[in-house]
Amino acid sequence: MALLAWIRRRLVVVFGLLTLAYLLLPNVVVTVFSFNDPVGRFNYSWHAFSTDAWSDPCGVSGLCGSLALSLQLALWATLAATVLGTLIAFALARHRFRGRGAVNSLIFLPMAMPEVVMAASLLTLFLNTGARLGFWTVLIAHITFCLSFVVTAVKARVMSMDPRLEQAAQDLYAGPAQTFLRVTLPIAWPGIAAGALLAFALSFDDFIITNFTAGSTVTFPMYVWGSAQRGTPVQINVVGTAMFLVAVLVVVVSMAVGNGRRRMQEMTRKQA
Amino acid sequence: MTSPTLTGAASPPAPGGAAPGARPPRRRGRALPYLLLLPGLLWLLVFFALPMVHQASTSVQTGSLEAGYEVTWHFATYADAVAEYWPQFLRSVLYAGTATVLCLLLGYPLAYLIAFRAGRWRNLVMILVIAPFFTSFLIRTLAWKTILADGGVVVDALNTLHVLDVTSRLGLTAGDRVLATPLAVVCGLTYNFLPFMVLPLYTSLERIDPRLHEAAADLHARPATVFRKVTLPLSMPGVVAGTLLTFIPAGGDYVNADLLGSTDTRMIGNVIQTQFLRVLDYPTAAALSFVLMAVILVAVSVHIRRSGTEELL
Repeated sequence: MALLAWIRRRLVVVFGLLTLAYLLLPNVVVTVFSFNDPVGRFNYSWHAFSTDAWSDPCGVSGLCGSLALSLQLALWATLAATVLGTLIAFALARHRFRGRGAVNSLIFLPMAMPEVVMAASLLTLFLNTGARLGFWTVLIAHITFCLSFVVTAVKARVMSMDPRLEQAAQDLYAGPAQTFLRVTLPIAWPGIAAGALLAFALSFDDFIITNFTAGSTVTFPMYVWGSAQRGTPVQINVVGTAMFLVAVLVVVVSMAVGNGRRRMQEMTRKQA
Repeated sequence: MTSPTLTGAASPPAPGGAAPGARPPRRRGRALPYLLLLPGLLWLLVFFALPMVHQASTSVQTGSLEAGYEVTWHFATYADAVAEYWPQFLRSVLYAGTATVLCLLLGYPLAYLIAFRAGRWRNLVMILVIAPFFTSFLIRTLAWKTILADGGVVVDALNTLHVLDVTSRLGLTAGDRVLATPLAVVCGLTYNFLPFMVLPLYTSLERIDPRLHEAAADLHARPATVFRKVTLPLSMPGVVAGTLLTFIPAGGDYVNADLLGSTDTRMIGNVIQTQFLRVLDYPTAAALSFVLMAVILVAVSVHIRRSGTEELL
């Protein structure tokens, strides 16, 4: 009874944690099965413990090549989308101009559309213009769908910025370029970084749009998709696990650095 | 829709926020905003708007792959496509709708937990929600093949509890299998899009001033009443954003139906994909894609208007 009462008081917490478990369960399975020594071509049922895949992650042909291609694509797509998107975000957040509403809709639409629709329309463009499907068509597609997400991330940050900071800089005789470089950009930076990170993650993991525009080019998600039909090598799980661990590590480290920096700032402020 | 993932949690708002009556400080040059917009907009016009035009023209073409296609304003393609594939449309709406409701039911407690109950564990829970994103979603979806495997722990448990008897009768599962049934597909969809529900819910819950809860409690509102009259209404923007972010991608998805389903669980995304990439019947595929777009856009605008949260844009 006491236990039941305890659970009732914490019902939200219990359900919340159950949901969290549901979210994490596949990652646990992926990790455990990266140590599997499967029978047959598919790595879906447990057979025996083995570290073979971990000691030879590139042991299956094509996997590491596809991984390198995905990284390369994601880097270029992020770079292009971040530059284009940041410019648009500044225009939207800082300026009133004719056609602002139309621009806002044009940014919103790609996000309000199922991926498969954008994928199909890009493919018709490429087919009708006779473009050869491959690296460049995939890159174009990735930049296109990442762009809107960068705009929203950067716009949110720039709009929440206090315009008086820039006015203050100008009162102190900073020129427009100086104001931008030493006040505006540093404040907008977290938004730009967030947009870039989002773009990278979206591009790296994209399957649907890539599947339509890639032709015979094989990115990492395309490789996984193909192996789901032909046979799943354990190395896929190794890559999945490693990506998860690296992500957690990066986030934890960046948080620790952020906390440390904040503490330092507080200390110096106290001393002053 | 902002990206609560990365902007919301980490960065405190700039001091002062939008200062009252503040104007953009720089007004030099009316051309400046257009110059800033030019490259990005040009890109979107060429690679987003123009493809739509091409798709529209493809959808009213007739011909064959060998002889080539020609625009003949053959609108019957639309009628034929809908007449042939309406079950898949219906299934998409049904599956995506069910997954969205499940995401809301599962995601709300988690978002609430992070916003109000997690205390010093908040950052950790947040990381655990976001981190799975970094493992390719295809790999994670394949993991459900293991979890829901025939004769596996989950299926055995459901069998012992006679859950599968009930779901089989409802047509959700088949016999003592879960894989290759609607249940598996909905489960996969729910799983894949759950973070898109949790994050906007969290952002809107986190903005609620906890003193409002205290005030309600001081006025003798019971916890359930506080939730119904204070928390839930104030979190509506998150609910709307979350349902959109879940329903839209789920409605067009074909990965879950392909990996976890069977030919009886094909969604409209599967049809568009096969028509485009296997059958190479481009007019039908383009028409289906347009109908899907129309359905989704209408649903989205109705949803936004009815809930009155147009600030999302």
